[in-house]
Amino acid sequence: MTAQVFIPRDTTALSLGADGLALKMAQDIESRSIDAEVQRNGSRGMFWLEPLVEVKTESSRIAFGSVNASDVESVLDAIDDHLAGKSIDHSLYLGEVKEIDYLAKQQRLTFKRAGVGDPICLSQYQSLSGFKGLAKAISMTGQEIVDEIKNSGLRGRGGAAFPAGIKWQTVLDTPGEQKYIVCNADEGDSGTFADRLLMESDPYQLIEGMTIAGLAVGANQGYIYLRSEYPVAHKILNDAIKRATEAGFLGTNICDSGKDFFLEVRLGAGAYICGEETSLLESLEGKRGMVRAKPPLPAIEGLFGKPTVVNNVLTLGAAATIMEQGSDSYRDFGMGRSRGTLAVQLAGNVKRGGLIELAFGITLRQVIEDFGCGTHSGRPVRAVQMGGPLGAFLPESQWDTPLDYESFAEIKAMIGHGGIVVFDDTADMAAQARFAMEFCVVESCGKCTPCRIGATRGVEVIDRIVGDQDRDNNLILLHELCDTMELGSLCAMGGMTPFPVRSALTYFEEDFGVNSRRDH
Amino acid sequence: MDGKIGDVDQLIEQYKGLPGGLLPLLHAIKYALGYIPESTVGSIAKGFNLSRAEVHGVISFYHDFNTQPVGHHRVQICRAEACQSMGSREIESHAKHSLGIEYGETTSDGMVTLEPVYCLGNCACSPSIRINDDIHARVNESRFDQLISELTMPDADNTGVSS
Repeated sequence: MTAQVFIPRDTTALSLGADGLALKMAQDIESRSIDAEVQRNGSRGMFWLEPLVEVKTESSRIAFGSVNASDVESVLDAIDDHLAGKSIDHSLYLGEVKEIDYLAKQQRLTFKRAGVGDPICLSQYQSLSGFKGLAKAISMTGQEIVDEIKNSGLRGRGGAAFPAGIKWQTVLDTPGEQKYIVCNADEGDSGTFADRLLMESDPYQLIEGMTIAGLAVGANQGYIYLRSEYPVAHKILNDAIKRATEAGFLGTNICDSGKDFFLEVRLGAGAYICGEETSLLESLEGKRGMVRAKPPLPAIEGLFGKPTVVNNVLTLGAAATIMEQGSDSYRDFGMGRSRGTLAVQLAGNVKRGGLIELAFGITLRQVIEDFGCGTHSGRPVRAVQMGGPLGAFLPESQWDTPLDYESFAEIKAMIGHGGIVVFDDTADMAAQARFAMEFCVVESCGKCTPCRIGATRGVEVIDRIVGDQDRDNNLILLHELCDTMELGSLCAMGGMTPFPVRSALTYFEEDFGVNSRRDH
Repeated sequence: MDGKIGDVDQLIEQYKGLPGGLLPLLHAIKYALGYIPESTVGSIAKGFNLSRAEVHGVISFYHDFNTQPVGHHRVQICRAEACQSMGSREIESHAKHSLGIEYGETTSDGMVTLEPVYCLGNCACSPSIRINDDIHARVNESRFDQLISELTMPDADNTGVSS
């Protein structure tokens, strides 16, 4: 058998030179007449090892990590040895892929196919249980599908953690000739990339999940609202939709079921707020992305005023897995009311950053220490920000909190979309608090006053605190401003911007000059 | 980016029947011309049966839509938290200093327009920048300079802004 040399084509691998690497690898394989061929796969999500080169033979699948074009010659020497049955001696050699601890310690359900092969190869997807969930759904009634999702305990993975089955039930129960499935792929939180990884490495799973949702609630049209910052995902999704349509998994009479489901990707235009579901719907309608007041819920009056399921990429992906494996097996993972797996994304100043899929319930410390293994800079970790720009900054004293929606709410933090950004001890937490307000100024939709004006005032007040202008009164003012934003904002943008600000103040008050002045 | 303003009418015809077609149209105009000229607002409004104010409101709401021509290469520096934790603030000031421009400005030779971006989804290999449709990870000051030095004018090699 000709050995297959896999080199990923996802954004991270490309951003580290994977295209040049693949070209050089293919040229050298040919010139050296090695019995191997280069194939492009998705990423495993072990981003600290990208570009990860995997070599598959009949009996093994081995890997080399962080390979540059300049390493090609020596890696091919090692591959040559491997194909000749000799042992490998190379500094980038990692052994069998599935035994790499970072991967072996995970519980991959949603990301089980990520990185295994060509992301847009349909037969590859089907050979790995792809479209089995859809086949099952086709044989069921809408209510039976919704009951499966309800029984799985699946909650929205975008951040709000609303039970997906209840949302689907509402759309199913709302009468309407036209209903929609909208996928929120506006993954704007810093420190998150799980949606991107799924779309770039296993796009058919999202397509399958959306089609299942369509069958469940009686919707024949789906839209993926994708952020424009993801050009690679855009291309892969469009290619996958085209192939799925040609193969009869999308379009009219899908899989001879008599049901139709059409799917289209729509690009956002650089507005963070469009990740908020009602703002997203406005944007999809071709308007300014202004947040809508709820009620009415999008499930009742959503896109173009019609009943609409709006779910995150990972929620819809999980729906495909649940239909394939059964809801009982999915709900066996997790703790409390957080069932299934969480796609943790470890990012920022961390040695081993990447995607870590695990059942809910492990602690933040296990993720940071066992997977992250310290900072990239080698300095001590000072804080982590969990849940994106609206999430709290947490010092080490909070790291024993289990990853569970309710446990995080208790410490005034949130899991959100699962992103963890690590900061080393050079981080200035007052500057980070100021940035949280500044980001809200830039990205507020402007509809409600606490968010629009509050964020601007927030930047000014933090500047006065740090500059030691009437500090005590300005600290009181900042807390009152945070109260106003939390209680009076229309959505989470203004309502949760105080989370990073207050947590920075609570745990790192010395950065605001508070202790230094008291010392005098 | 070699389209003409006259092409906009054809694009309006193409997109006006599409549900929620205004954003796809604006992306298409930007792709064709590199920007959305103010002079096209009237015909867009007419084609979509909207007021000029509504169309202007949509264009001005989104960071992606510029109404003035920009440089041949769009260079975006990620300002979000993960990149900050890895030194993006230094990259940011280095970029402004070495190019001699602020965010939203274009170098005098028309080569580069510098913009902020809030997350490129490449946060495990920060800091990241985007040049046109290519994302680059683990960028430091010298890598930034190298990437900028590799940029060429489109008449030299026929590569244009692709986004």
